[in-house]
Order: sequence, then C-alpha cells, then structure tokens
Amino acid sequence: MSRRCFLLGTAAAVAALAFAGPAAAQTPRRGGILSAIVQPEPVTLTSAINTAAPTGFISGNVFDGLVDYDLDLKPRPALAESWEIAPDALSITFRLRRGVKWHDGKPFTAADVKWTLENVWKTIHPRNQATFGRVRAVETPDDHTVILRLSEPSLAILSSVNANGAQILPKHLYEGTDILSNPYNNKPVGTGAFVFKEWSRGSHIVLERNPDYWDKDKPYLDRIVFRVIPDAAARAAALEKGEVQYAAFSPVPLKDAERLAKLPMLRVETRGYEWLSPWLFFDLNVDNPQLKDVRVRRAIAHAIDRQAIARIVWYGFGKPAISPVPSTLAAFHDETVPQYPFDPKRAEALLDEAGFTRGPDGVRFSLTHDFLPYGDDYKRTGEYLKQALKRVGIEVTIRSQDTASFTKRVYGDRDFDISSTWFAAFSDPQVGVTRAYWSGWIGKNTPWTNGSGYRNPEIDGLIAQAQGEADQAKRIALFKQFQQIVQRDLPSIPLIELRFFSLHAADLKDVVTRGDQIYGSLKNAWFDGPRADSKSTEAKNTEAKSN
Amino acid sequence: MIRTPAGRLFWARRLAQMVLVVLGIGTVNFLLLHLAPGDAAQVLAGESGSASPEYLAALRRQFGLDQPFPVQFGHYILRLVTFDLGFSHRQGLPVATLILDRLPATLLLMSASIGLAVLLGCALGFLAARRAGGLADALISGLALLFYATPVFWVGLMLTVVFAVWLDWFPVGGMRAIGATSGPGAILDIAHHLVLPATTLGLFYMATYTRLMRASVLDVQDRDFVRTARAKGLADGRIAWRHVLRNATLPVVTTVGVQVGSILGGAVLVETVFAWPGLGRLAFEALFQRDLNLLLGILFLSSILVGVANLAVDLAYARLDPRIGLQG
Repeated sequence: MSRRCFLLGTAAAVAALAFAGPAAAQTPRRGGILSAIVQPEPVTLTSAINTAAPTGFISGNVFDGLVDYDLDLKPRPALAESWEIAPDALSITFRLRRGVKWHDGKPFTAADVKWTLENVWKTIHPRNQATFGRVRAVETPDDHTVILRLSEPSLAILSSVNANGAQILPKHLYEGTDILSNPYNNKPVGTGAFVFKEWSRGSHIVLERNPDYWDKDKPYLDRIVFRVIPDAAARAAALEKGEVQYAAFSPVPLKDAERLAKLPMLRVETRGYEWLSPWLFFDLNVDNPQLKDVRVRRAIAHAIDRQAIARIVWYGFGKPAISPVPSTLAAFHDETVPQYPFDPKRAEALLDEAGFTRGPDGVRFSLTHDFLPYGDDYKRTGEYLKQALKRVGIEVTIRSQDTASFTKRVYGDRDFDISSTWFAAFSDPQVGVTRAYWSGWIGKNTPWTNGSGYRNPEIDGLIAQAQGEADQAKRIALFKQFQQIVQRDLPSIPLIELRFFSLHAADLKDVVTRGDQIYGSLKNAWFDGPRADSKSTEAKNTEAKSN
Repeated sequence: MIRTPAGRLFWARRLAQMVLVVLGIGTVNFLLLHLAPGDAAQVLAGESGSASPEYLAALRRQFGLDQPFPVQFGHYILRLVTFDLGFSHRQGLPVATLILDRLPATLLLMSASIGLAVLLGCALGFLAARRAGGLADALISGLALLFYATPVFWVGLMLTVVFAVWLDWFPVGGMRAIGATSGPGAILDIAHHLVLPATTLGLFYMATYTRLMRASVLDVQDRDFVRTARAKGLADGRIAWRHVLRNATLPVVTTVGVQVGSILGGAVLVETVFAWPGLGRLAFEALFQRDLNLLLGILFLSSILVGVANLAVDLAYARLDPRIGLQG
C-alpha cells in the first residue's frame, strides 16, 4: 500500500447513494426541517478542542473532514480530493478541493490545514498528539496542496482525518487567540453542509442549510434543530409522537428500544458507528493482592458468560468480544487469541490452584466493583458480575459514584478492584486500543487510559514498533502479536462489542451513508413524504394556534 | 417604618445579618465543593472519551485550577464582595449571563405552579375544613395525600403520556416551538408548553397547601375571637372570610416564603422530565460537571433570595396580624 489514488468527489457522491441500498433508487427531495435530539447538551460545538460525542454529533454537520469513511472504513474524498503516501511512508500529500469557502465567505486553503495541525492537532487535541506527533513539518507548496513530512511512518494518520478525528479550524478566526476560549468554539464557522445559526442553552441548537455548499444540490434538508431532552422517557415520548425524527447514541433505555422498534413510523439503525467500534470491558486492578495472579484473572473470565451479557443484560445490542481489537476492525482483529469460555468449574479449579480456597462461609475473598456511571446498562452489567462471581466464591461489592469521582478513582488514585468501561477502538488499534495497555499512562489521572495498571515492556515495545512501522502488513502482524499477549495476561477482560443504535422516523431516508456517520454530516438525509415540504410539526402547531 | 428609630434599627440589623449569613454560606459552599473528588478539567476530559496530560494541563491552566487553593479562595471571596459571579470556563460564558438566560424560564414555571398551588390549595383546604368529616373533606384530603405521596417525576411522565402522546393536546417538552419568534403567538406558544410542567409541580405543592390550610382553619375556627364573632350574631360567611381565613393564612405565608426562597434551585425533576430550560437543571448539571464557578454563583444568589424572602415573610406577618411587631 505504498501509493493510493482515489476517485474524485462526484464519483464518491454516486457511491454514497449506492450505499444506502434500495432506498437510493428514489430521488432525494429537497426541503423540510429535521428535529433531532442531542443528549447530553454539548459543552462546545468544536470537535477540534473537545472530542465528546454530543459535540461531534453536531460539529460534523458544520465542518468537513479531509476525508469521510465509508461503511467499510475506507477513506472517501471530502475536503481532500485525493492523497498519496510516499513509497518510504515518510510523507503524505493531500490535494485539497478548490473553491471551498468557510461559512463567512473566506476561502478554505492549505494554510488552514497547516495552522490547525501545528496549533491544535499536535498540541491540545485530546486524542491526536500520538497520531500526529511524528509530523516533523507541514509544507504548503500552493493553496491546495498539503504535504506532511514525518520523522517516522505513521499509517494511523489516514484513519483519523475526518471531521471528528482532525477537524480543520479557520485560521483567520483563530490565529493569535487563546484557542480553548475562542468564542467561535461555541458559534462555529466551518465549511460544512450546515451553517450554525443559534444555540439556546438548555433548549436547542439550530443549523441552517448552507446554500453555497461545495457538494452541489446538497444538503437536502433546510434546517436541523437539535433539541436537548434530558429525560430518557421524555425522549421516547417525543420520538413516538414524531416531534423528533432522529436521535443517536442509544437515546432511550434498551427495553424501550425494543418497543419503539415495533412501531411502524420508527426505525432502529445500528450502522454508522463503525468508525467508533466500541467495546465494553472490565479492568482488573493488577496491583490488587488477588488480581495480580493471572490465574485469578483467568478464573474471573471463565466465570463470566459473555453470551448472557450480550443477550440479556444488553438486550442483544452487543456481540461477545474475544479480543480488545473489535471484529469490525477486520484486518487487525485476531480470532486465534487465547479464549476463556464460560466454565464456572474451570474458574473454581483455577482459584483453588491459586491458593484462594473457599472459607467456611463459602467465600474465597471479596472485591469491589465500580461500574461506569453512564446509566443503568453499566449498573446491570455490574450486578451480573456480582452474581457470576458469587457462584465461584468471590463476593463483590458494587459501588456507584459520578463521573468525576469515577475517573479520579480508577485513573488517578487507582483505588478500585474491578471497573467497567467502554472505549472506542476507532479504525486503527493504535488510536483507540493501545491506550488501555501502554504502561506510560498508569496513574497519570488521565481518563480512559490504562486502568488495570498492566506493565509489560514487551507490549510497550510492540506498541512503539507498530506506531513507526511503514508496512501495513507488518503492523497488522504486530497488532496480532499484541492481542495474543494481552489476552494471555488478561489485565482487562473484553466483554462485548457494543452496538449503539439510532432511532429515526421511517420517512427520513439516507440517515446513514458512512461508517463515521454519527460524527458526520446529515447532508444526504432527506424526507420522503409531507415532512419535506412542510415546516416542523411544532411550527405548524404554533401557526394553528396563532391563527 | 424606616423613619422611626426602631424601624431603622430593625433594617440595619437585618441587613447586617444577611450580609454575614450570605458570606458564611459562600465560604461553606466553596470549601464543601472543593472536597468533591475530581475537577472540571477531568470531567471535560472524561466526556471527551480520550485525553492526554497536555490537554488536561491546558484545561486546568484555562480554568485557573492550577493555582494554589488559598489563592483560588481569595479570588472567590474578592469576587463575592464585588458581586462578580465569575466566568464558567466550561460553558465559555460569564456566570451572570448563564443565570440570567435561565431565570425567566424558572420564574415563569415557579410563579405559575406556586400561584396555582396557593390558590387551589387554600380554596380546597378551606372547603375541606368547613366540611370537616364530610364527603368533600374525605375526597379533598384523599386527593391531597395522593398527590403529596406520588413522586413528582412520575406524575410528570403520566401527564406526558396521556396529554402529550395519546391525546396530543400539549407538546412533550421544551419551552417554546423553535421558529416561533415574537408577538401574541409566542406568548400563547409558551403558555401551551407551560401547562403540563406547571400542573405537575403545582399539584405537588397544592397538596402541601391544602393540608396546611385545612389544619389551620380547623384550629382557628375554635378560637375565642371566632366564638365572640359568632356570639355577636355575625353571618357565617362573613366570619369565615374576615376572621378565620385571614388568620389561617399565616402558616401558608411561611411556606410560600420558604418555597420562594428555593426558586433558584428550581425544580430539577420537573425541568428534566419536561426539558424545561430552567435554573434547577443548570445547577444540577454544574454539580456533576464540577463547574464550580457556575454552581457557586447559583448558590450565592439563592442564599440572597432566601434572606430576602425571609424578610418579606416577616413583613407580611406584621401586615396580616397586627399583634406581631417587627423586631430585629
């Protein structure tokens, strides 16, 4: 894969329609106001400085990335019409689309990319410093060419240059300012299909159609209103009533999803999260006197029925995971890793072997469990763990707290035994998976890193090697070796590959056309039916009343 | 009354008390909130789903969290004294702006529901007491008990399901339809959105007032002055209106005062269920987000409001019952 050239944008647009399946046979209609739910309310609307999900969900409509990712996670042209990697993999050239304008009318040029890379992606971006750290220099021979010069190869770059992974900010509005507190973070100026209009805090955010969008005839919708609806039951009611036509990131409790899925006017969609590839796992604190023994960690893995977690605890919105690299990352995923099938007898034998025999009360030892404080699903997972471990003689006490206390406890104080969390793997394990195992993160009080406290120089070496490897085949081999070792040592137990879901109105078409849709633009979405020519139901109600 | 020496003394004492209390509350708030584990930078990084030490350090520098604790405390007290509520770094806006933004929604919801509750509650309570032991009393008391005991969010959800989803009379949530801008249409629109949340909250408060009013009227009815009035041959209705009602409202006034004091705290549950953009949600979210400037700002204003409401209650007492004098 030393040199790749890609199609032009028009061809990609055709391909995008083809992805949508049978519905694409119809011609999209212009018009209509989409009411969507964003929950929780975002902190800011600029993903370049905050990679939280609600921010990305809205920001992807205002900004374009250099590329988009299709449902197979292959890059497609967006602001970059084509790109190539030099044979030595030490430079990457992006050729930018011409005639693209920021929403304030200023032209989008290579200088914007260079400035953002140097001042945001490499310095303050929460996730990108590892990815772009090897960029030694950025050259812009003309306004439409960007060449990244690398000190070492970094193939992961091409997996993170969409509007979320590497959002490009307008240099003319940001240069010389304090980037984190720049007012434009909350009233973003992008190049995307929708223009920021209004943010009424605690209530809603409005985006308007960009009439000068570079992708001609798009977007189809006139306006998107993202409403903040904090209560899950109220979200379900709003969707059921049709007041809201789109909501993402598993917006209602799983049991409600089952019910809503049966309604004729609603659809459940699980595509569009491929770029995230989230997986749920338990971190076992390897500094704990019992858990430091690998036999105990394996016993716990044997005591857990991951099928039951997927089917019962998560209502089928998940698939048992065997490795921390989810199967959606098909090239990197290794199916031959050591496996720990559900087998309580084997678990008991391992615990006996480790010297932790049952006491007179049948208890071997006690552990605490801190579940991820993101709602009932994680709490139920913890309750399952408690029951499963009780069967093999381990008493578990479940503790709950808010997010700030949780991250400090696990990643700062390391005052826990077993914690649960999910990470996004992203389309390259280097970006999302290795952070859970690299020893450099231990005890740094940095959320969502190495929680187990696992230190293995061999793993640290493999991670470093894979980061700097120019040959993708060799990188894949390194990541497979990585999976073999971490699944042998088992500092974390992968449970399920989570399947997040979105709900949308049946007449809202082409909501998902990309693998990174959830952080991407709704420029392909359109209403098939009366909603396309009418104003939103609310506006109609108001008119009816004022008449 | 401010003209007499005693009146001046009263006001001076009350104001000095209030300043001390507000400062004390502010200090306690600051110290308590700093005991909570984790800080705003960590919450932001946590929500980002990914972070690096450099990112965290940049956030802490931006938020002023890298300064030593005594310096942060000093800045805070200085700001309190100058009525500067500070800046919410998380939201990127001054705290005063954020609060003012939410204040109208909160005032509207609280005044509508407290108003509804006081009117209905007093009327029902009065009625129940007049017919004590009868069918009307049993019905009203039963109803009041029911609303008092039912969780307010559940009432809210049920009202939503019945009146918003099934009957489609009212919107599911929010405060106004997006796109409706101004004019009489907008006022009607907000009123339309207000009905369900105000009813939900109003029913809960109403239960309290009904029970209070009933007990109070029963108590006053047997007092000597009522008997005297009756002995004078006054009409029953006139006694009820002039003698009983007026004296029976004293406990209700106290309760209204307490509730007005908690207006800024809003009604977190109702605001959440109905997506009402009020202050309660703002404070609740600020707590989880460790947005201390914002939370301290809301608490500071709340403490002032409680002080003012207490003062108002004392003044109202003096007016309703001339026997009660104003004393510092």
